[in-house]
Order: sequence, then structure tokens, then C-alpha cells
Amino acid sequence: MAGDKHIDDHSGVETTGHEWDGIRELNNPLPRWWLWTFYICIVWSVGYWVVMPAWPLVSSYTTGVIGYSSRALVATRIDEAKAAQAQYVARIADATLEDVEGDPELLEFALAGGRSAFAVNCSQCHGRGAAGAIGYPNLNDDSWLWGGTLENIAHTITYGVRNGHDEARFGPMPGFLSDQILDRAQIDDVAEYVLSLGGRAEDSAAAERGAAVFAEQCVACHQEGGLGNTELGAPNIADGIWLYGGEREAIVETVMAGRAGVMPTWGDRLSPATIKQLAVYVHALGGGQ
Amino acid sequence: MTDGHTRAVAGTTYGTGALLVLGAILGLFLVAGATDSVMSFHGVLFVAFCVLGVYWLIARQFGGEKDAGRAATEDARYNDGVVRAGVIASTFWGVVGFTVGLVIALQLAFPVLNLDLPWTTFGRLRPLHTSAVVFAFGGNVLIATSFHVVQRTCRARLAGDSASWFVFWGYNLFIVIAASGYVLGVTQAKEYAEPEWYADLWLTVVWVVYLLVFLATLWKRKEPHIYVANWFYLAFIVTVAMLHIVNGLAVPVSWTGTASYSLFAGVQSALTQWWYGHNAVGFFLTAGFLGIMYYFIPKQAERPVYSYRLSIVHFWTLIFLYIWAGPHHLHYTALPDWAQTLGMTFSIMLWMPSWGGMINGLMTLSGAWDKLRTDPVIRMLVISVAFYGMSTFEGPVMSIKAVNSLSHYTDWTIGHVHSGALGWVGFVSFGAIYFLTPVLWHRQRLYSLKLVNLHFWVATIGILLYITAMWVSGILQGLMWRAYDSLGFLEYSFVETVEAMHPFYVIRAAGGALFVVGGLIMAYNVWRTIRGDLRDEAPVSSQPSLAATPAE
Repeated sequence: MAGDKHIDDHSGVETTGHEWDGIRELNNPLPRWWLWTFYICIVWSVGYWVVMPAWPLVSSYTTGVIGYSSRALVATRIDEAKAAQAQYVARIADATLEDVEGDPELLEFALAGGRSAFAVNCSQCHGRGAAGAIGYPNLNDDSWLWGGTLENIAHTITYGVRNGHDEARFGPMPGFLSDQILDRAQIDDVAEYVLSLGGRAEDSAAAERGAAVFAEQCVACHQEGGLGNTELGAPNIADGIWLYGGEREAIVETVMAGRAGVMPTWGDRLSPATIKQLAVYVHALGGGQ
Repeated sequence: MTDGHTRAVAGTTYGTGALLVLGAILGLFLVAGATDSVMSFHGVLFVAFCVLGVYWLIARQFGGEKDAGRAATEDARYNDGVVRAGVIASTFWGVVGFTVGLVIALQLAFPVLNLDLPWTTFGRLRPLHTSAVVFAFGGNVLIATSFHVVQRTCRARLAGDSASWFVFWGYNLFIVIAASGYVLGVTQAKEYAEPEWYADLWLTVVWVVYLLVFLATLWKRKEPHIYVANWFYLAFIVTVAMLHIVNGLAVPVSWTGTASYSLFAGVQSALTQWWYGHNAVGFFLTAGFLGIMYYFIPKQAERPVYSYRLSIVHFWTLIFLYIWAGPHHLHYTALPDWAQTLGMTFSIMLWMPSWGGMINGLMTLSGAWDKLRTDPVIRMLVISVAFYGMSTFEGPVMSIKAVNSLSHYTDWTIGHVHSGALGWVGFVSFGAIYFLTPVLWHRQRLYSLKLVNLHFWVATIGILLYITAMWVSGILQGLMWRAYDSLGFLEYSFVETVEAMHPFYVIRAAGGALFVVGGLIMAYNVWRTIRGDLRDEAPVSSQPSLAATPAE
């Protein structure tokens, strides 16, 4: 319907003369502000291309007049961040753990750095507040599997637990049923004895039988009275703090199948100074010895 | 009907029939040789589809005498049947897609809702949601409206009678294959392009037929010029074909197994993926839906389009600039700096071309602004354009590297996408569905405009809750990630930032729930309209007191 120009009653603007299913189009010009804003965006973009790396060439690209490179920039920023911390890091690297704890300035830095490193590397298992979870020790209490001195903690972090590293902490807890050392009745008795250490036994006869089994099978690691041995990572089972749960079922399961929690070797991944900061931080959480 | 038309119909019928028989044989091979259970399941689906298709063609060809009379009178001018099917499918998939979205929003707030079953984990349901809303809902809306609009604005019946039905059913088969595959763990692991190689191939066949139907209808047109809505639809169909094929290039591990390896690796793969992903937004969710806007707003407002010149300029600038903007999804990654610069600057230059559509949509209302008070359908269409304007401003802002360094990987992106998806794509689709239902079923009007009004408000509040929650949580998340203490150590662990998101995830889920309710209200209204019911109600007015009571 070309040529059928039509003046719109409302706006007084002419239509293009076409109509599609009752739809006409007004012949309004481009809004000025729209056009100018569009031009400005283009001009700004062209300017940005001049300044920044922008267009690919055959074997290279236009690098821009300010020589911007996001890789170089991030490298610079990392260097700056490292430089800002360098003096503290150097001093911590040279100091003993006790010296770090004794120097208020270094202690403040170590606690901040340790908290940050803990959040990034350790919180996944030990929890954000280091409260642990089933199978992952709580680091706030004073029940230590491998010792709670600064040196003990630093050693555990550096080499980890049961991960195959020569220096890693290692202590076996056999599966007394799966390894066919004890039968099921004996294990129930031992569990009863373990419960009796916390005053929770329900069957004193069974606990007494269990005491005999314990003396024969468990004392070597867990010691007389179940007080544990940090040399072997044998937990104190009389202090009411449980790594794998203190309910009867959990204790029976532990004795039947054994336990062998692992922790990575952090010495390969974190710098010695960071490990010192972590050790000081963990030591300060409340249970350090 | 002319002889030529009859011959053409017979021609496409035999063509489609041959294709379907071939498909059934191929499907049987797949079932017989399938190396995994999902492939044999999908083979069975495919065989069933082809056999039903052949049966349908035969029944139509030889048993259609009694329907012929009806078809001759009612559907002679235009093929409305396939559009009706599309409206129903859109409404159905919309409700499904929104609901799955609500489920995964709740899973983010309450992880226990993953149910510890592989099929119901977030990782599998998330692509189910995105594909259901973008491709199942959005795709059916696009196919239905494009078939409607191209017929009406060309004054020509849809080319290839059974071909258009093939497009509709074939596309929906693709959706069922893709969706069931996700739930069963079959994925190409490319965002918005998760379907595996065989589903991709099937979609390619369907899409080429779609393109041919659309082009042939344009070819047959009785109008001298092609209406602007059709430019946008054509750009959408052609570009999506290109994007889909290039990004989907992959080598199957076996011709009878589901798995494949992409042709691209590393940063090339990432760039190809985001060239695809960004233009899925640009050409599927923008160009296609601008086609919807350009037909349904002037129709519903009964006003001429504001500016023909603007429509030309913004069409070509949009088409030209959009395709370059993808790299802004890869700021501060291994992507070379020059590519990041281009992605950012083309996104900024894209701002005005995008707004050209908004201006044409909003200004078309000039002279009909009063209808905003009385017609909730026009209100829906207008608010969709407003959301379009907002998210096409937010997009260029977020593409600026300095902004992106804060916003990237955060919920801000999710909020941005949803202001476009719920606000723009959702509302313009709802407007089109509300317009089409009475037209296609020859009803006097919708069952209830009051329900449209309710849908409008419920969904709008839902969107606002959604995007404001995501703005706050996204910025909070971005700030927490980059927070350092005075000694230069990271302030927060990742899990602390996750914990901080919880209240916003709950608010987002509440917003999503309202949007789902809106979808259900629409489905009810559409169903009652199709049944031919009319609700006895007073006209809608958002300001009854102002309108009804005279000044004192």
C-alpha cells in the first residue's frame, strides 16, 4: 500500500505509507539525544581502543598507548602486596615460634595471617571456627591427638597425618573385628568399659570383662585408664571429647573397623612462615599447651 | 484452495513423511546399538515421534474429509492451528520452567532439598531450569508468535502445511530429549548449550525447516514490504542457527552413545561458548522478542509504531554490534586483553541500539497512555519494555571491566539475567499470549482481565524481590571476596560469603514463588478463555477512585 501516506491524528506525523495487519509506522526522525549518545559511545570506544590493547593483527595486536597488560598488572599488585608484608614475613621466618608469640607486633601479624590461611586452607575440614566435625578434630579444646605445643602443631601442619610422607604423623587403630583380633561380644564389652571411663556404663559385668580385653589389646596405645598417647595419636578416651562420636554405636564401630583419619602435608604447599603463622594461630585458639 | 496450494501441501506432506520414515529407521538403529541406556531411551522416544508423525500424516491425508470443511472455512486464510499449539506449549513449559527455577532457588537457600539423589541435584536441575525457560518457554513463544506474525503481516498462509507442524513437534521433541538427558546426567557441559551432539543434530534439522517455512512465507507475502517484526524474527532464526552449529561442533565418542568431545579446547572453547552464550541472549532473547514487541505493542495499543527510521537504524546497529560483545563474559581470564577490550567497547556501543527498541516500544504508546490504566495486557507489554531498557543499560555497565571485577561470578549477574528474563522476556511473552488466546480461539475477549491484572502485580512484585535481593547479595558477595584486612590478608573464607547469602536466597525464592503463581494464574486464564468462558467482571482500572469520583 505504498503511497498511501497518512497523517496520524494524535501526533500529526506522517506515516510511511505502509500498513501491515492494521499496523502503520510513523516517520519520526531518530531522537537527537539517542543519536548523540550513540555517537559518544562510539567515540569513547574508539578512544579506548587507542589507549588499551584492542585489535588483533596478523601475529600480534595493537597494544595501546599506555601499555596496559592485565597479566603485568596483577603481577605488580601481587608484588606490592608481598612487599607490604615482607618485613613481617622475613622476621617470622627467622624467629622461633616462641619468639613470634612473644613479640606483640609479630603475634598480631601471625594471628591475622594464620586466621586468613586457616580460612582458605583448613576451614574446609576443621570448620570456620576450627570447631571440627566428626572425624576432624576440634582445635579449640585442649585435647590434642598429636600434642598441643607450638612445635607439635607446626609439625602436624607441615607433614600432616597418615598421608604416606616419611615425617607424617602415624598411628594405627586396627579394626578389631575386621582384622579378626576380637569377636563381637568382646568388642561390646570393651565399648562398655570405654563408656565406664566416663561413668556411662550400664552393665558393670560387661565393663569388667571389657577392662580385661582393654588391658590386653588397647593399653599399649591408649594407656592405662584410656588417657591416650600423643606420640601415637592415640586419643584420650576418658576426657569426654570424641573425634568419631561417643555414643555406644560409634564406639563399637570404631573398635570393629578401626579409624585412620588423614591430613595433607602442608609443607609442600605453604611457606614455612605461613605454617608458623598457622601454628601460632591454632595454638592461640584456646587449647595450646 | 488452488491446485497449486494443494500440490504444495501434498509435496511437503510426502517430504515430511519421507523424513519421518528415515528418522524412524535411524532411531531403530540407535535403539539396537545403543552403548548407554540414555541413548536407547532417547532412541525409543525418537522412533515413537517418527511413527506417530507418519500416522498423523496418513490420517490427515486419507481420513480428513470431515475436518476438511472446518479447515476450509476457519483455517483457510491462515494456519492458526500450529500457533494455537504453540500458545498451549508455551504456557505449559512456562509453568514448568518457572517451577524448576523455584526449586533450585530453594535448593540454594536450603541445600537439603537436593534430596541426595543424583537426578534432583542442583547441577542437573539448573540446566533443566534454564533450558525450560529459555528454549522450551521462550522458544515456543517465538515459534508461535513468529508463525502468527509472519502470516498476518505478509497476508499469506504459512508455507508448507505439515512442515510448520514438524517444526512445532520436532522442536518440542528436542526439548524433551534435552531435558530428560539433563536429569539422567547427559550433558555437553556448555552453558545454555548442554544438549549432546545427537540432540544438537536434531535441533539443526528442525531449525533449518523453521527457517525454510519462515522464508517461504515471506516469499509468498502479499504486502510489498517486509514488516520490521519479521526482520527481527529472521535475524533471530538465522543467527541462532549459526551460533548453535558452531558452538555445538563436537566429535561423538561413538555414533550410538551419548558422549562427545567439543571441537574447541581451552580459551578458544571459552570464547566460542560465550560468543554463543551472549548471542543466545542477543538473538534468541532480544532480537526474537523485539519481533514480538514490534507486532503486539502496536496491535494492543492500536497505535502506529513510533519511528520507522529508528527501527531500521537500531535493527542494523543491534545486529552488527551484538555479535562482538561476548568476550565481556571473560574479563580478567586467560582471554587476551585485546579481546576483552573489544567485548567491553562493543557492549557499550550496543547500549543505544538496544534502547532504540525501548524507545520505539514505549513511544508507540504515545496517544494511548490512558490504556495503561484500563488494559492490564498493555501494562504488561509496557513494563516488559521498561525492564528491557533497564537490563540493556545494566548490561553495558556490567561489561565495564572495573565494574565487572566486582560483579563477575556474583549473584549480581543472576539478578541482571532475571531482570531481562522475567521482566522483559517473561512479560512480553505473557502480553503476546494474552493477546493471542482470544484471537486464535475466536473468543470475544479473555476470560478475565482482572486475573491479568493480578498476574501483573504478583509477577512484578516477584521480579522486584528477585532482582533487589540479587543486587544486594551480589554486591555483598563481590565486596566480601575482595575484602582484605589492614595487614593485607583476606578477610573472609569462601564459606563465610556463602553463609552471608542465605537471607537473600530466601528472598529470591520468595520472589520466584510469586512469579510461579503468576504463571499459574495465566495458565488458568488461558484455559478458561480457550473453553469459551467469560468472567462477569467490572472493567480494570488501577485508580478507580481518581477515575470514578469527580473532584469535590
